[in-house]
Amino acid sequence: MRYLPNTPAQQKEMLRSIGASSLEDLLSPIPPKARLRRPLNLAAALAEGDLVRHMRALTALNADSDQYTCFLGGGAYDHYIPSPINHLISRGEFFTAYTPYQPEASQGTLRTIYEYQTMVAELTGMDVANASLYDGASSLAEAALMAHSATEGREQIAISRGVNPLYRQVVATYVEGPNLRVKEVPLGDGTTDLAALKKTVSGKTAAVIVQYPNFFGCLEDVQAAADICHEGGALMIVATDPVSLGLLTPPGALGADIVVGEGQGLGVPLSYGGPNLGVFATRTDLVRRMPGRLVGATVDRDGKRGFVLTLQTREQHIRREKATSNICTNVALCALMATIHVALLGKHGLRKVGELALAKAHYAAEALTKIPGVRLRFGAPFFKEFALQLPKSPERVVKRLAKEKILAGIPLKPFDRSLKDCLLVAVTEKRTRQEIDAFVQALSQAVV
Amino acid sequence: MSGYDKLIFELSSPGRIGYSLPAPDVPNADPKELLAAKHLRASPPELPEVSEFDVVRHYSRLSQLNYGVDTHFYPLGSCTMKYNPKLNEDMARLGGFARLHPLTPETHSQGALQLMWELARDLAEIAGMDAVSLQPAAGAQGELAGVLMIRAYHLARGERRTKVLVPDSAHGTNPASTAIAGYRVVQLKSDAEGGVDLTDLERNLDEEVAALMITVPNTLGLFEPRILEISEMCHAKGAQLYMDGANLNAILGITRPGDLGFDVCHFNLHKTFTTPHGGGGPGAGPVGVRAHLEPFLPTPVVTKTDDGYALDWNRPQSIGKLQAFWGNFGMLVRAYTYIRTMGPDGLRAVADNAILNANYLMKRLEPHYDLPHPGPCMHECVFSARRQKKLGISAMDVAKRLLDLGFYAPSTYFPLVVEEALMIEPTETESKETLDAFCDAMIQIAREAESTPQVIHDAPVTTPVRRLDQTLAARQPDLRWRPRGG
Repeated sequence: MRYLPNTPAQQKEMLRSIGASSLEDLLSPIPPKARLRRPLNLAAALAEGDLVRHMRALTALNADSDQYTCFLGGGAYDHYIPSPINHLISRGEFFTAYTPYQPEASQGTLRTIYEYQTMVAELTGMDVANASLYDGASSLAEAALMAHSATEGREQIAISRGVNPLYRQVVATYVEGPNLRVKEVPLGDGTTDLAALKKTVSGKTAAVIVQYPNFFGCLEDVQAAADICHEGGALMIVATDPVSLGLLTPPGALGADIVVGEGQGLGVPLSYGGPNLGVFATRTDLVRRMPGRLVGATVDRDGKRGFVLTLQTREQHIRREKATSNICTNVALCALMATIHVALLGKHGLRKVGELALAKAHYAAEALTKIPGVRLRFGAPFFKEFALQLPKSPERVVKRLAKEKILAGIPLKPFDRSLKDCLLVAVTEKRTRQEIDAFVQALSQAVV
Repeated sequence: MSGYDKLIFELSSPGRIGYSLPAPDVPNADPKELLAAKHLRASPPELPEVSEFDVVRHYSRLSQLNYGVDTHFYPLGSCTMKYNPKLNEDMARLGGFARLHPLTPETHSQGALQLMWELARDLAEIAGMDAVSLQPAAGAQGELAGVLMIRAYHLARGERRTKVLVPDSAHGTNPASTAIAGYRVVQLKSDAEGGVDLTDLERNLDEEVAALMITVPNTLGLFEPRILEISEMCHAKGAQLYMDGANLNAILGITRPGDLGFDVCHFNLHKTFTTPHGGGGPGAGPVGVRAHLEPFLPTPVVTKTDDGYALDWNRPQSIGKLQAFWGNFGMLVRAYTYIRTMGPDGLRAVADNAILNANYLMKRLEPHYDLPHPGPCMHECVFSARRQKKLGISAMDVAKRLLDLGFYAPSTYFPLVVEEALMIEPTETESKETLDAFCDAMIQIAREAESTPQVIHDAPVTTPVRRLDQTLAARQPDLRWRPRGG
């Protein structure tokens, strides 16, 4: 077996040094009754070439977004991934290391995390970011728990129905244990109904949560929501798409206390929805309530700059049941992808990505709504994603366009029955005018 | 190499670019015409302006400041730092996996769904469980899912239990996950042999106990010999038995959590199943359950029907979702590749060699370091540096000296029940030659502790930085770079 280096002769020699006559001797503590007396019922081992053939056959059944034109969003986006990212993260010194418990032998990882924390803080407009959590949804759930503890146990969470419904489901799972009550705030014309929000927020509210841009692509009035939130003494949590923040006003400038987001669009492959990148940032005064790892700068014995994991008394390996979160393994390598991505795009590139996506999405929306019976479901301003109301079943339209190698969008019925005639369409900077025109053409035929 | 001290921000030069974006090909490209001014960022973020080559050289050089499994023996106990096969990486990068959108219609993601269904089936067989959810993103999230399922199970039976028992030797995630799930954590003592203290268990086991959560083999690297008795005791009181599967590598094909009486267990695919650790993640933490807990699995569940594979959302008793989509799919592809590479005999050989390597290493080091819990051990062993401590050399000092001698360090100060703990897990992918070289280094350090302790106190001296001031980092947190004068 090519991954197991010890030869039979070495195994014998090692057993002899141990003083065991066979491996069985070493298994004596295992109750004989519980021993498995047969081989595991798994398929026999495959040679490398055969396995590659099998895996390729599986991939052939999937819609590779390079072979389809992808207008799918809903929390995962087909943004361009510059070539250097994969080369750099494939260096074994990065991807085969673990959590930098020995900082002297992990300065590469630690320094990239420090850079990542800085980039996230800059993009979100917040003071401090952690080293990453799992994904946007679990980051949002962690933010809700943090708000609960930071408001001395307030038990209600007001969450806008503009927040991705999949995220709302994850929040519901996480608040089950602490028994928090989640109150959903309805939408007006694509954005949170602020009058309804005002009625929802009370002295019991730990946090108000909005998404920006929201699930339907619309831009919330975050500042107005934050004002209502702060009047009630709650913390303002904003879930965001960091890709948008080169162009859009950062939530930190709009009254956010905690900003979370899905960083997948920053150089992380779609990979059927995971691993993703849970972005988490907050204000300096809340840092000790924060979940997840933090890297800080310090000096070594010779006064040289170096980096370490810090403020670890928040974490499970020190504080156990009193920790701010149970997270241990995070998504460091995805954070590294984002770090390299943001470094490549730099001070102005992310704004350009945002401008392209914005322009192309608006071009697509305008062309699509010229098709008879097709209209924008909401009137609120949007970024790169929008909900279309169709005269034909969105499910059927999706099916028909898939035959033309177009992934048309996400039918909204499973998320909200009142939107059963709607399709959520995302347009990234990758889509060309030609692709959009072909999409418009195909959709116009599909809805006739 | 070690002289490289830059941050990417410090390479910035105004006007330099590292990207290539297409020119706008649609009209009306001016954001000011499309959005109100209040939505548009007033000033650009302080991000670096660097060329592509700046980026490539910078991160290449940073990588060289790390020890990784590819470059160094990495005996970090409880983390199973085995070789991460290159083939796994290639498979995860195939376009039909890496470029597949999670909300692609099921008709166009059948290959991905089939892979998930088969992996869940295989993990269930490996653990002797009836069903597996692949959704948890890491071990700690698998624990949370498991404890929430136990909670839902008791509630469905009309029982509102309040406590979960966790041994003092457990990973910190166990009590942390349990607390998030809304339970009071009761810590159990370990007995002299490092196992669960049955008297303490008996004393604490009442109808308020929802579950006992233990790690098998435990964090001392020992198999819990009375596991069947413990299982009976728990089930007699209606409590569920949870297995932290962090150490599953040791028992592949030898015994199975389900056969040991466990109701739930999680898997760390980044430990046992060779998905890379990534400098801290991503991992994947699937969770397996016995049939009575199946209704509570996270949604959606991958099912096989006459029409192919599908995501089943209609699970009224489910604990709900844990992350936005279906799991850390990229990691699932790697683990699947590994299982198909190894087959049943290969996986059994993994456990055998992991145990053999750990026992060999334990035997060689036993004369030189205290071994509070004599073996045979399973996949790892825990020494104490208390003998060296009397000479002024701590477990931390031993770890730092190892870095100079070309090895990453074992886990230190864990488990908490061992003073000056050095927890060593060699894994099955290391050769006897490597183990011998490591043992030679450990023995050298034990001798240095007696003869030339200063060389240990000074260590490390070959690394890019020397020992770092942790106190300064915590007292004056500097968590982000700021422009000069900014």
